[in-house]
Amino acid sequence: MQFLFKTSYNDDIRFLARTGEKVRVALVIALLLAAPLMLQDYYLTELGLLLVYAIAGVGLMILTGHTGQVSFGHAGFLGIGAYAHSILMSHGVPFSLSIVLTITLAGLVGMAIGRSASRMHGFYLAIATLAFGILIETVFGEWTGLTGGYMGLAVPALKVFGIPLVQAWQQYYLDVVLALLVVWGASNLFRSPTGRSFVAVRDSELSARCLGVNVEWVKIQAFGVSAAITGLAGALLAHHLTYLAPDVFGVLESLKLMLMIVVGGMGSILGAVLGAIFISILPVALSFLKDVLPPSIGQQAGLEPLLFGVIIVIVIVFEPLGIYGRWMKLRFFFETFPYYRKSSFVRQKSYLKTERMR
Amino acid sequence: MNTPQTLSVRNLSIEFGGVHAVEDVSFDVEPGEVFAIIGPNGAGKSTIFNLISRLYEPTAGTIHYGEQNLLELPAHCVVHAGIGRTFQNIELFENATVLQNLLVGRHCHMRTNPFSNLLFLPGVRKREKQHREKVEDIIDLMEIAQYRDERISDLSYGARKNVELARALCTEPTMLLLDEPASGLNNEETDDVSFWLEDIKHDLGVTLVMVEHDMNLVGQVADRVMAINDGKLLAIGTPDEVRENAEVQRAYLGVTE
Repeated sequence: MQFLFKTSYNDDIRFLARTGEKVRVALVIALLLAAPLMLQDYYLTELGLLLVYAIAGVGLMILTGHTGQVSFGHAGFLGIGAYAHSILMSHGVPFSLSIVLTITLAGLVGMAIGRSASRMHGFYLAIATLAFGILIETVFGEWTGLTGGYMGLAVPALKVFGIPLVQAWQQYYLDVVLALLVVWGASNLFRSPTGRSFVAVRDSELSARCLGVNVEWVKIQAFGVSAAITGLAGALLAHHLTYLAPDVFGVLESLKLMLMIVVGGMGSILGAVLGAIFISILPVALSFLKDVLPPSIGQQAGLEPLLFGVIIVIVIVFEPLGIYGRWMKLRFFFETFPYYRKSSFVRQKSYLKTERMR
Repeated sequence: MNTPQTLSVRNLSIEFGGVHAVEDVSFDVEPGEVFAIIGPNGAGKSTIFNLISRLYEPTAGTIHYGEQNLLELPAHCVVHAGIGRTFQNIELFENATVLQNLLVGRHCHMRTNPFSNLLFLPGVRKREKQHREKVEDIIDLMEIAQYRDERISDLSYGARKNVELARALCTEPTMLLLDEPASGLNNEETDDVSFWLEDIKHDLGVTLVMVEHDMNLVGQVADRVMAINDGKLLAIGTPDEVRENAEVQRAYLGVTE
């Protein structure tokens, strides 16, 4: 067990206070940087894809996990990112400018959605975002002049500052750098006023309003930031896919993003990353399952969404904080050994809530 | 605006689908006084608070705080006029720490810019520390230092009440609306509340308006009391005057003759 002696307000602002945390984070970054030395190209590409999904997960986590606004249409923002970036690059816009424009576009669309979603709660918000997801998929399919429709759109070759990145490790490093930047930025957000106002809106809109938080504006901001980050993930995803089709960004993809943050653990940046790891392992487990199950079940078309749904339900019932919650308990177990008890994490939540107004 | 103003409420009314929750109520709260609103359940006490904090739109009447017409402000700007509040059933941010809750209390004095926050520019850190100092002053005043890093969901009811009061103080209000500050507290904790209210009044010079059922507490701290029933004003005066008032007794005890 380690006791923290705080001697300055900076100690509460710093990300990594405990030695264990510092070592773990340094280890993860070192492993990420050293991965090209240890892994074959195939696994390196898979790892890069995992990081891209981690970015998208952080985007959705900010909106759903931290601000409490459900979105079942986030694949739409992923798609906007992927298509906008590909189209811009194929018109000769350099990568760095194209990324900035893509992020801006996705962010603005997000803010527009947030503007109309800021007065909706719960069910209605879920339906509205779902409708947005379906709508945007249809737009990708029908706007053939721009997106190539259902025929698909070829993604231009990856070229950063005029240097073509053709090797797997080059593209991988691009993913690593941007993923680390996004995780750092998102963590910054939640140690500053903007992030705190997001969390305030999640936990009690009523008192947030009475403390001077402009709830509608916060929701617009949250949608904007979230969509911008997801748009960035979409742009990077485009280079992994090399060929875009509208159905890639359909409802199932939105559900996958949602599954990712629920399984990873709501309300923590680390949870989004853990969820991305889970999502990347899932297809392997799925193909294994298809072999094991009798063909009448294993070859059914709806097996994947069914499994997504079942996993979400299981996690919500048995471990609402997801993998992150498990990790927290495990850490607590070792830190306080042998004093951990089953009830160490049981919290009482029986107090009344003010009847919600409006 | 750092000096307390007069809160003047004139002919305030609100209807919910034909139910007159508040009907033609007028009163003034003078700077620096402790003003209590009493009344049976459903009398419209909390509704008056929600009208002042602009959570409800009145059907008629005006609310002024000094020169400021509160009805011109949206709900999130009321705190900028200097009016803070607490809630009857505690509305804290459950999954955040006490410190984070109090820092949200500083929100009305903060400049937020998502871009500089994402990058955590040096200016952001500097302002964070300035606000932290203000928060620490309140933590000292309310003696909640031992809870600073606890999550709200781990705190007891009494501690939550204190944290909510502290959070309202972090907005540096000149007038504080307290919705049943002593409900759910034991005798000892209620005594503590009365001391704190005295401290807040004298040290910070905050005008206090409170809804309260505990008549002992009201008698101890309140300068003036307003009694209402069925949304209508019954009496305004010193605690003793209101206690002696025949109308008030009838509303509470239902006795006639």
